[in-house]
Amino acid sequence: MPEKPSAHAHQFETAEQQYETSTLGMWAFLITEIMFFGGLFAGFIVYVSFYAEGFAVGSRHLDLTLGTVNTAVLLGSSLTMAMAVRSAQLGRRNRLLLFLAFTLALGFVFLGIKSVEYSHKFHEHLVPGPNFHVDSPLTQNVQLFFSFYFAMTGMHALHMVVGAGLLTWLMVGAARGRFSSEYFTPVEVTGLYWHFVDIVWIFLFPTLYLVARHQ
Amino acid sequence: MTHHVVPIRIYLLVFAALILLTAATVIGSLYDLGGGRLHYANAVVAITIAMTKATLVVLYFMHVRYSNRLIWVFVGAGALWMAILLVLLMADFLTRSWLPIATWGG
Repeated sequence: MPEKPSAHAHQFETAEQQYETSTLGMWAFLITEIMFFGGLFAGFIVYVSFYAEGFAVGSRHLDLTLGTVNTAVLLGSSLTMAMAVRSAQLGRRNRLLLFLAFTLALGFVFLGIKSVEYSHKFHEHLVPGPNFHVDSPLTQNVQLFFSFYFAMTGMHALHMVVGAGLLTWLMVGAARGRFSSEYFTPVEVTGLYWHFVDIVWIFLFPTLYLVARHQ
Repeated sequence: MTHHVVPIRIYLLVFAALILLTAATVIGSLYDLGGGRLHYANAVVAITIAMTKATLVVLYFMHVRYSNRLIWVFVGAGALWMAILLVLLMADFLTRSWLPIATWGG
C-alpha cells in the first residue's frame, strides 16, 4: 500500500510553503524553456526578414485546416488539464482521473494529426535533405523554412510526448489515491508544464502557418 | 491549505475566448490587413492575438492571477528577457540596410 500522503516534507515549515516552493521551481524551469524556444523563434524571425519570399512559399505548403484543428485540440486539452487540477484541489479522485484521461487523449489526437502532417511532407519531398524538391526558384530558402518547421514543431512534439508521460504517471498516482485536497502539487506542476507547451504552440501556429496567407 | 479554486464558468469563458481568438487570427491572416501599404500589419495583428491568448492561459489556466508576488516577478522576468532577446536582435538586423555599407546587407 502506498504511504498516506503526508502534509509536507520535513524541510518545509508548512504545506503551503512546500507548494509555493514547488510551483516557483516549475516556473524557474519554464523560464529556461522560454529562453530555449525563444532562441528558435529569434532565429526564425531573423531568417524570415532575410528571405521573406522563400519562407512565404514554404508557409503556404503547410496544411492550414490541420494546423487550425490542432490548435483547437491543444486549447481543449489545456481546458481539461485546468479542470483536472481543479478536481484535484477539491479532492474528487474520479473526476481527476477522467479529466487527466481526456487531456491525455487530446494530446494523442494532437500528435496523431501532427504525424499525418509530417507524413504528407515526406511524400511531397518537403523534408530538408537530398530529396527536397519544390517548384520555386527559391528552393534553398524554402528548404530553410522547412528546417525551422521540423526543428520547432519537432521540439514541441517532443515536449508533448514528455507531457503524455507525465499525465500517465499522474493517472497512476491518482488511481492509487496519492492526491488529495491537501496534497496535489504534482498535478498543479504538471498542469503548468502542459499549459506552457500549449503557449509555445499558440506562438508556433501563426509564426509557421499564417505568416504569408494573405499574399 | 487554502487555494483559490477557480469557478468552472471562468475556465469555460477563457476557453471560449481562446477559440474565438484562434478563429480571428486564422480569418485575419487571409486578408491583407495593411491595405497593400502597411507591410507589417498582418504580423502585428497575429502577434498581438497570440500574446493575448498566452496572457489568458498564464493568468487563468496557470493561476498566476491568484499566485503570490514572487511568481509574478518570475513570469515578468521571463517575458522581459524574451523581449530583450527579440527587440535588441531585430534593432540590429532591421536597421543594417539604413547604412550604405555593402557587407552589412541582410
